[in-house]
Amino acid sequence: MAKRLLLILIVLLALGAGLFFWLTEPTRMESAALAEQDSGDAKRGERVFWLAGCESCHARPDAKGEAQLELAGGLPLKTDFGTFYAPNISPDPDDGIGRWTFADFANALQRGVDPEGRHLYPAFPYTSYVRMKHEDVADLWAFMKTLPQVKGRAPDHELSFPFNIRRGIGLWKLAFLSSNPVVTLPASASDAARAGQYLVEGPAHCGECHTPRRFAGAGGLDHARWLGGAPNPEGEGKVPNITPAADGLGSWSADEIAEYLATGFTPDFDTVGGAMVAVQENMAKLPDEDRQAIAAYLKAVPAVD
Amino acid sequence: MFHLPRPSNRTIALALAAAVATCGVAYAQNEAVIKERQELMKHNGAAAKAASGFIRGTTPYDAAKGMEILTTLQDTAEKFGTLFPEDSKTGGDTEAAPAIWEKPDEFKAALAKYKADTDKAVAAAPQDVDSFKVAFGMVASNCKSCHEEFRIDK
Repeated sequence: MAKRLLLILIVLLALGAGLFFWLTEPTRMESAALAEQDSGDAKRGERVFWLAGCESCHARPDAKGEAQLELAGGLPLKTDFGTFYAPNISPDPDDGIGRWTFADFANALQRGVDPEGRHLYPAFPYTSYVRMKHEDVADLWAFMKTLPQVKGRAPDHELSFPFNIRRGIGLWKLAFLSSNPVVTLPASASDAARAGQYLVEGPAHCGECHTPRRFAGAGGLDHARWLGGAPNPEGEGKVPNITPAADGLGSWSADEIAEYLATGFTPDFDTVGGAMVAVQENMAKLPDEDRQAIAAYLKAVPAVD
Repeated sequence: MFHLPRPSNRTIALALAAAVATCGVAYAQNEAVIKERQELMKHNGAAAKAASGFIRGTTPYDAAKGMEILTTLQDTAEKFGTLFPEDSKTGGDTEAAPAIWEKPDEFKAALAKYKADTDKAVAAAPQDVDSFKVAFGMVASNCKSCHEEFRIDK
């Protein structure tokens, strides 16, 4: 009898493990379909690069000017789950991503799967990049390939159990990875607001910091409180509410939001601070119409009080 | 066999009183100094607002007013570094980041640069809006670079 129970238990465990492996299998996009789209333009890709803020994490910490284009990695991102280190994504063939194909790049960026088929941690905001247009991904890839090759690898992530089990990210993705738009804009929304929706929800990945996460910060973004402000993932303080609420951007005009993104000055002539400084400086490099679009969208999203 | 002497009730009471007093000291925040630095930052905000009127051309440039803006920023630079004693880390809605006390050398260097830039701007004594733009821009770059590391949003 005991033997039979043990046998049943083993079978159940095996089934459970099988189910876990089936559910957590990393899924890649088809290479064949992607290969046709590897026809990006590096010049257009530079805009996508600043929009996506790649260098805010992947350049060496505190890099300024030309050094921002040396994507050596190494920035530590200290969280409740442990410390992530941004990897080298320069075109170096050994330490960076110089041997990657376009399909490898697109799968990392939009599915969080590396060329060896392993899950990447969502500290890398592929949960937003999943919404990017293929042409923008192709342009970005073309630009990335023009950047300097840099030697040296970042340290491995230092994570606590169970977050150190990469396979588990598969379950997390089943629950939280989706390319659907976050908000439904009213039919009357302007073209600028619609353009801004793509920029904010996709490449600019604003929600990753400005929206609280579910499950004590370990889950996906809480769409009911989209852009409504969140605790600072890196320590003390908070990331502000940027919806049109009273304690958000309610009193700011769209022009004032665009101006802030261009200059770093708020309507009261306070200035941008903290991690937003690097983001604002990237936004300042965009064409004015992109900043106007982001502003129009931020005025059109539901206010979160 | 060794026995610890049993503390008398009086000893316990004294120890508790001492502990309470220590906590009291640790939490007695220097709110006056916090208020003072917040006021100085408000002066800077008002100065930046006036500067933006000139730079955007919504207000015609006035050299005397331009100098007033730059000397306001210089005045803040002179006083600011003295306003971060150990007992002003929290309280009074301060947004001062712990990095100010954790990396005092970096903070000092940032303040020294801010001070040097305001001195240069005042010495330049801009007479037209184009030279004012250069002088003000040089000083204003310090706002962001300092707030990036040394201020937190609360």
